[in-house]
Amino acid sequence: MAKPSPGVVALRKVVDDVYEEARLAKLRGEPVGWSSSKFPCELAAAFGLHVVYPENQAAGIAANRNGEMLCQAAEDLGYDNDICGYARISLAYAAGYRVGRKFDPETKEFIINPASGKPLKGEDGKPVIDPETGKPKKDPKTQTPFEELVNIHDIEAIEDPEEREFRMNALKQIRQNRMPQPDFVLCCNNICNCMTKWYENIARMCNIPLVMIDIPYNNDVDVDDSKVAYVRAQFDAAIEQLEKISGRKFDQKKFDEACANANRTAKAWLKVCDYLQYKPAPMSGFDLFNHMADVVTARAKVEAAEAFELLAKDLEENVKNGTSTLPFPEKKRVMFEGIPCWPKLPALFKPLKENGINVTAVVYAPAFGFVYNDIDGMARAYYKAPNSVSIEQGVAWREGICRDNKVDGVLVHYNRSCKPWSGYMAEMQRRFTKDLGVPCAGFDGDQADPRNFNEAQYVTRVQGLMEAMEANENAKEA
Amino acid sequence: MAIYTLGIDVGSTASKCIILKDGKDIVAKSLISVGTGTTGPQRAIDEVLANAGMKAEDMDYTLATGYGRNSLDGIADKQMSELSCHAKGASFLFPHVHTVIDIGGQDVKVLHIENGAMVNFQMNDKCAAGTGRFLDVMARVLEVHVEDLEKLDAESTKTVAISSTCTVFAESEVISQLSLGTDKRDIIRGIHKSVAGRVVGLAHRIGIVPDVVMTGGVAQNHGIVNAISEQLGCPIKTSPLTQYNGALGAALFAYIGARKRAKK
Repeated sequence: MAKPSPGVVALRKVVDDVYEEARLAKLRGEPVGWSSSKFPCELAAAFGLHVVYPENQAAGIAANRNGEMLCQAAEDLGYDNDICGYARISLAYAAGYRVGRKFDPETKEFIINPASGKPLKGEDGKPVIDPETGKPKKDPKTQTPFEELVNIHDIEAIEDPEEREFRMNALKQIRQNRMPQPDFVLCCNNICNCMTKWYENIARMCNIPLVMIDIPYNNDVDVDDSKVAYVRAQFDAAIEQLEKISGRKFDQKKFDEACANANRTAKAWLKVCDYLQYKPAPMSGFDLFNHMADVVTARAKVEAAEAFELLAKDLEENVKNGTSTLPFPEKKRVMFEGIPCWPKLPALFKPLKENGINVTAVVYAPAFGFVYNDIDGMARAYYKAPNSVSIEQGVAWREGICRDNKVDGVLVHYNRSCKPWSGYMAEMQRRFTKDLGVPCAGFDGDQADPRNFNEAQYVTRVQGLMEAMEANENAKEA
Repeated sequence: MAIYTLGIDVGSTASKCIILKDGKDIVAKSLISVGTGTTGPQRAIDEVLANAGMKAEDMDYTLATGYGRNSLDGIADKQMSELSCHAKGASFLFPHVHTVIDIGGQDVKVLHIENGAMVNFQMNDKCAAGTGRFLDVMARVLEVHVEDLEKLDAESTKTVAISSTCTVFAESEVISQLSLGTDKRDIIRGIHKSVAGRVVGLAHRIGIVPDVVMTGGVAQNHGIVNAISEQLGCPIKTSPLTQYNGALGAALFAYIGARKRAKK
C-alpha cells in the first residue's frame, strides 16, 4: 500500500485530535457534547465547548465490522431495525453498549479468533501451508481476538477496582470506544428527520440537555427571509442554552474566528473535490469518503483548513506527475450517490477496481462546501443539506458535479438506513439519464448494517453499468 | 471456415447453453433445471455439445453469463452480465426491440435498448416478490405445477387481490383465500396481476419504448405476459426461445469475441 501523503496524514491527525481533546476535557470535568454532522459547529466553538460526532463514530464502528452487534443491541432495547443504522449504533452506545475484545478471565489474555487474519507468506512470497490441515497458515501478526458485546454500566458496577480498570482498558483498545459519553446533545435535523428522535432519545436516556435547530424541508430553491428569521431565532435560543451548559458568556471573537475557519475549510474542501475534474483523476473518489470525517468533525478548526490546503498541494503534485491514489487505470468515471456501505467497503470497491471505474463525483462536495459572509448567510447555508433541499436543487447540485467531473454513469446506493435519501433517487435517476444521457444503476445496501447488502447483486449491477457505459460511448461515437 | 461459439447462461434456477454458427444459426441448445452451485452448468455444456455432435475444442469462443458466470473459470473465455446478454439476445430475435423485461429465478430486469445495445437498466430490489421464485412458492402452496399456472389462469372468471409487497405476506394471503374456499384459478389470476404490478412499477421507472419484449422462463406463462401487457397498455412480444435468450446473447457476444481474436 502506498504511503499516505502529508495532507492525508494531517487530516487523520485533525480528527484524532478532536476526539482526544474531548476525552481530556471530560477527564477535566468539562461538559462534552454529541453533535449531528451539520449542526452549526460555530455556535459550540464560540463557547470553547468540546464536541464529538456520533455519525462519524458510527461509520468507524461499522467499518470495523462492529456495527451489526450494536445495531442488534439497539433492537434489543426496542428500536426497530428499519431505523437508521447510525442511529441504532449511537443509541446502543449511549445506553452503554460496547463491542469489546473477548479475553480469558483467568489469564486476562485476549482469545484470538483462529479464522481471522491474512495468510502467512513464506520467503518466496507464497502462502505457507499448514501440513496438518492442508490449509494456508494465518499470519499471527494480523490475527484479532473474538469480539463480544458488553455494557460499561455492568463494568462500572464491578467491585474489584483492578478488574474494573482492566475491563475498561480492554474496551479502549478499540478506538471508537474511547468516545466519551455525552453531557449535552446538539441536533440539527437538516441532514434527516430521524435525527430529531435519535437525539431526543439520547437526551432522555442520559437525562441531558438537547439543543435543537429545526430546519424544515425547503420546497424552494432559494432560502427566503422568513426561513432565515426562523433559523436565526433558533440560533439565539441555542446560544442561551449553551451559555447555561458551558457556564460562559457568548464569545463574539471566538465565534468570528470559528466562522472564518469554517469558510476557509469549506473553500479548501471544495478545492480538493475539484481535483476530481481532471481526467484521469489524481485521486480515488473513495478518498473523499474518508476525508469527510474532517469536514464533519473539525470544519471550524484552522487545522482542518490547513490540512485540506496541504492535501490540495499533494493533489497538485499528482496532477503534475501524472500520478493518482487510484490503484488501477481509470477507464470510466461515475458519480457514487449516497453514503458508502461502511461494513462492506472492500466488497464495494472490488468490482469497481475490476472494471476500471473511478468514483469522480459525490454529492458531499457541494453539500458540505458551504461558504457564507454573515450570520444570515450562515443560517442560509445550514438550510441546505442533501435531504432538506428541494428536488430541483438536489438535481442541480448533482448534475453540476456530474458535468464538471465528466462522469459516464451514476451508481446509486439505495440505502436501507436512509429512507429520505433513497426515496427520491428513483426520480433523480430518471432525470440524470434524461438530462445527462448517462446510464444509472441502483443497488441495495446499508451505511452501517451489513445484513442489508448482497455482494452478488451488487457485482452484477456494477458490471451491467460498465457494459451500459461502454454501449453508450459506442452509440455516441457512432 | 465456420465460426462456432458457445453461450452459457448459468442462472439461479436453471443452466442454459446455445451453440451458434457464424453468429446467426442456432446449431444446438440445452437446458438443465438446476443452476449455479450444482452439476447443472457442466451437464448443460455436455448436453449441448452432444446435441451438436461437437467437442469443447471445436468452440472458437465461449462466453458465460448469469448469476453463476464467474464459476466457469477455465471453460469460458469471457464473462458478461446477464443484462447485456438478454439485450443482445432479444435484439437478435426482435430487431426493433427497445425495452426488454426479463423475469428470472430471483430477479427482475427492465432494459432500455438502443441500436441493439443496452444503454440503461433497472433491477428489482432484494425482495423476491415479482420474480420466478415468487411463482414457485405460490405454485407449491396451491399444489399445482408452475407450468400449469398459465392454463389455470385462462380458466379464471374473476380476480382475487394478492399483495405484491412481500412473498411471505402474499403466501399467507393465498393460504387465507384457500381456507375461504376461493377457486384456485382466481387466486392464480390474482398472483399474476400481483407480479405484473411489481414489474410494471419497475418498467415505468426506466420508461417504456416499444417494441417491448419479454424474456426468461416466466415469459412462457402467458397469464403473466397478458397481465403485464394489460397494465402497461402495450403489446409484448415473446419467443419460443425465451428461456434461452441469455445464452443466445452470450453466444452472440462470443461471436464478436471470436472475430476480434481472429483479427489479432
